Amino acid sequence: MFLINCPYCGERDQSEFSAGGEAHIVRPKQPTELSDDQWAEFLFMRKNIKGVQFERWNHAHGCRKWFNMIRDTSNDKIHAVYKMGEKPPTK
Amino acid sequence: MSKNLRILNNKFIDQTSRISFKFDGKTLYGFKGDTLASALLANNIHLVGRSFKYHRPRGIMTCGSEEPNAIVQVGKDHSMTEPNARATEIELYEGLEASSQNCWPSVNFDIGAINNFFSPLIPAAFYYKTFMWPASFWEKYEYFIRKSAGLGKSPTEPDKDIYDHRYLHCDVLVVGGGISGIIAAKMAAQNNFNTILIDDKNNLGGTTIFQQNECFKINNSFSNEWLKKEIESLNSIKNLTIKTRTTLAAYHNYNYLLARENLTDHLNLNEKKDKIRQRLWKIRAKKVIISTGAIERPLIFNNNDRPGIMLSSSIKKYIDYFGVKCGQKISLFTNNDSTYETAISLSNSGVNVNSVIDIRDKSNSSIVKNAEKLGIKIHWKHTVINTNGYKKINSIEIMKLSDDGNGVIGKKFKEECDCLGISGGWTPRVHLFTQSGGKLKFRDEDNVFLPDKSELNQVSIGSCNGDFELNEIIKNSVSSINKFLKVNNNSYENLEIISSKEVDKKNIWLLPSDKPLGKTKPFLDFQNDSTAKDVKLALAEGFKSIEHVKRYTTTGMGTDQGKLSNMHALGIIAEIAGVKMGELGTTTFRPPYTPLTFGTIVGRNVGEFFDITRKTPIHDWHVDNKAEFENVGQWKRAWYYPKKNENMHDAVQRESKAARDSAGILDASTLGKIDIQGSDASEFLNRVYTNAWSKLEIGKCRYGLMLNEDGMVYDDGVTTRLGENHYLMTTTTGGAANVLSKLEDYLQTEWPELDVYLTSVTDQYATVSICGPNSKKILSKVIPDLNLSDEEFPHMSYKNGLINNIKCRVMRISFTGEHSYEINIQSSYGKSVWEKCFEAGKEFNITPYGTETMHLLRAEKGFIIAGQDTDGTMTPVDLQMNWIISKKKYDFIGKRSLYRSDTIREDRKQLVGLLTDNPNEVLEEGAQIVAETNKKPVEMLGHVTSSYYSPNLKKSIALAVVKNGKNLKGQKMFVPMKNKIINVTITDTVFLDKENKRLNAKL
Ligand SMILES: [Zn+2]
Repeated sequence: MFLINCPYCGERDQSEFSAGGEAHIVRPKQPTELSDDQWAEFLFMRKNIKGVQFERWNHAHGCRKWFNMIRDTSNDKIHAVYKMGEKPPTK
Repeated sequence: MSKNLRILNNKFIDQTSRISFKFDGKTLYGFKGDTLASALLANNIHLVGRSFKYHRPRGIMTCGSEEPNAIVQVGKDHSMTEPNARATEIELYEGLEASSQNCWPSVNFDIGAINNFFSPLIPAAFYYKTFMWPASFWEKYEYFIRKSAGLGKSPTEPDKDIYDHRYLHCDVLVVGGGISGIIAAKMAAQNNFNTILIDDKNNLGGTTIFQQNECFKINNSFSNEWLKKEIESLNSIKNLTIKTRTTLAAYHNYNYLLARENLTDHLNLNEKKDKIRQRLWKIRAKKVIISTGAIERPLIFNNNDRPGIMLSSSIKKYIDYFGVKCGQKISLFTNNDSTYETAISLSNSGVNVNSVIDIRDKSNSSIVKNAEKLGIKIHWKHTVINTNGYKKINSIEIMKLSDDGNGVIGKKFKEECDCLGISGGWTPRVHLFTQSGGKLKFRDEDNVFLPDKSELNQVSIGSCNGDFELNEIIKNSVSSINKFLKVNNNSYENLEIISSKEVDKKNIWLLPSDKPLGKTKPFLDFQNDSTAKDVKLALAEGFKSIEHVKRYTTTGMGTDQGKLSNMHALGIIAEIAGVKMGELGTTTFRPPYTPLTFGTIVGRNVGEFFDITRKTPIHDWHVDNKAEFENVGQWKRAWYYPKKNENMHDAVQRESKAARDSAGILDASTLGKIDIQGSDASEFLNRVYTNAWSKLEIGKCRYGLMLNEDGMVYDDGVTTRLGENHYLMTTTTGGAANVLSKLEDYLQTEWPELDVYLTSVTDQYATVSICGPNSKKILSKVIPDLNLSDEEFPHMSYKNGLINNIKCRVMRISFTGEHSYEINIQSSYGKSVWEKCFEAGKEFNITPYGTETMHLLRAEKGFIIAGQDTDGTMTPVDLQMNWIISKKKYDFIGKRSLYRSDTIREDRKQLVGLLTDNPNEVLEEGAQIVAETNKKPVEMLGHVTSSYYSPNLKKSIALAVVKNGKNLKGQKMFVPMKNKIINVTITDTVFLDKENKRLNAKL
């Protein structure tokens, strides 16, 4: 059970959150102009790496806000949390 | 007999307070402070169970949680009985009833023991192979396995005990109250850390608390006396909470730990009542200090599993702590110095020690010298090659070890004994450390895995960190704690510690015998009955990974998780495979450390607290009117309202007919309601629904279909435009929460530029739906000043109204195809408005109907239910609802997916209607649809999604998804059932009132 530092509420138990998959996948602005393959790339393809991963999380049982997290999936260490729309911290 | 096995020991056992208990039906006596195991041993009972596979007699082997053999069934009550309890951990109480497990008909005469003689037929992986090989094998052995295998009996009734969960936060959690844990807790608390010390025993002090030996002294006191004073000093320390009888079950990431506290298990039967039995502590610790000690290893030699063969340190605890002699003529067999402590304790207590058989060439430590001084005979460089005695050991056979340790030489000799203490060295309890994700390192010198790297704020100290000698334990613990807590405590610096030092070390994982391995039984895992032979066989059969060998041989897979057996299995594998143990690695220890009861895991979340139950504001009325309820998500929804003698079918037929003939009333409060506001609300709806919303007039309602980005139907519902920038969206009952979070997701992450605010108002409004040809008359009685004319209030529009001066919203929308209204009103008025409508409708025989009738009525009209007629693989095109897909909109969620190569396939399944040739034959939902009946294998073309007998059409109707169904209208199909084939015809999905005459009728 992680302790997650919600950018809006502060440190809370993992049970208040839900994970939302890989972060920084932007929904195409012109889907109609994409080929099947390009659309499938957006729709289905997600990374699942062992190591540092950028993820979306939602404080579902709290402020309901979505935010991003940098987490190392090999040891569940959370390196950073940051708000939607913000650039990931470089370090 | 029992008298002379007890010696006077008033430190830990209250010999004035006698306790009676039953074991295998026999009444026995022990004392307060005993465990079941110590009390049985005091009664000279060693044999307590049979082994899992061969049903060999097995006795108490240890004194703690690592016990593999003495697992018993406690309690006889069908609700309270508990299997697999360790006799070594059960504190004796008045009224305790326990019995042996895994033996039938009795522990002394067990039919399964025949396996022992057939054991060549039950090699490694016998069970595995039985399960994996052709089914005929299983059929052949099933009876035999079911009858003779298995550990204990499950309770057959609900657990009557009360369990509890609580949270606990602390700066420092110290796990294990032995000498190092006590020092740690004291140092932490003295330095103002809010500290918790937990220990699984009823007393603190670990093994040092009964260590009274000249070779172990602190400041001129025996180590036990010094420690006793330390423990006493804890009482006056602030910031320190001590929890005994508390087992750390799991150590998770982020220093989140679960501990089980036993509150009543040690109490007499009559004292347990109405008290919380066990409490699960959910602990968040800023820092964790692990001081869980070490487990003594057995030795692996021929027939090392007989009752009476015990761990040497356990024999010491039984004599020094419980005052129980495990035998009268005890032999000891070892590869290390610790056994000599046992020898000295036994000798000091007047127990005859036959000899110590030591596989080492020599040892010059002070403790060995002291033992020799007491006249204890030592056979250096010897090994036990066999043991004798069926239900209890009666002699051992001894031979000299060859120089390389692989064989035995010289003449064998016999030694009579009634108990054999064995010690193969010590294994640090690193279970919690590895559970927390810590990585281990291997120390070659004494073959131990030790804590190495951890990502967490934790430290291991004492013998769980590989310090086995008193002076090292204290010295290293203190310096580790100082470093870990960043404090500088020097109160332990000037201690004068005397401690025997072990220099001579020797280890042989599998001790030789005068017989070849194939003819011997050197047990590794006592609980699962796997021998060194089995491990060798697994390796010979090609298994290399320790995890595979473990599963194949079941070594380490018992309820003890191989606490005793793992190291030897690893050692033997490493030897055979010719690799270093450190490179081989170890198996993963998983939580819980010792088994938890289900009761502890679920705590108070049982019965009505198992899950949330949501009830509508009108719920009580449904109860009063004898509704049957259906669970829809967490909601309790009225399902149907049976009148006297009516079954479900009768009630639904009556309700359905009444709703179309006159008037029906439905509680629709559970439908999800989302209030949408903001200047971009219309644009937002354009993006989330397939159809267009910008032109919807204020005061009008529209049905919408919501897709996933993959083009599949996700949810549906009617949305009403309440104002220029204000909508009220409804969702399916089950989908409400998911729809809201999906919409929030898009708003926050993809379209943050949109000015839109979403609020769930499901619980804030009650919804009363009235339908049928008389609904208009009824509503006009309830809200007389509302103009209900078709011009003023047409289908798919809404009006504000007042009922007794309470504002409400009335939507003229229909899910039944009838003229119908939905009144939305503040929840607290829901029931009274429902009653008002019901009262007003009495003259029209208004009939309350439940979800089943609702489903039937909408099926007559061919309206889908998202989640019943769709299953996450249906596009709106598949549903033949092309009309709802806007051609003009540039984009909406899922649009692009509607013309992916897969979604435009012609042979996708489409929603169709089905009529049975026999109008009285009602199809089963889920039934398969085929085009041919005599071909094998036959192609499954689709399945029935909704099916009812329609009282209004007087025939059976069904909705189904069928491959290429849209082109098959009028085609005959078959629905094969278990003992008949039902002939059906594919039809349109609308069965009743295709022209919407009912909806538009002038009333
Ligand atoms: Zn939050």
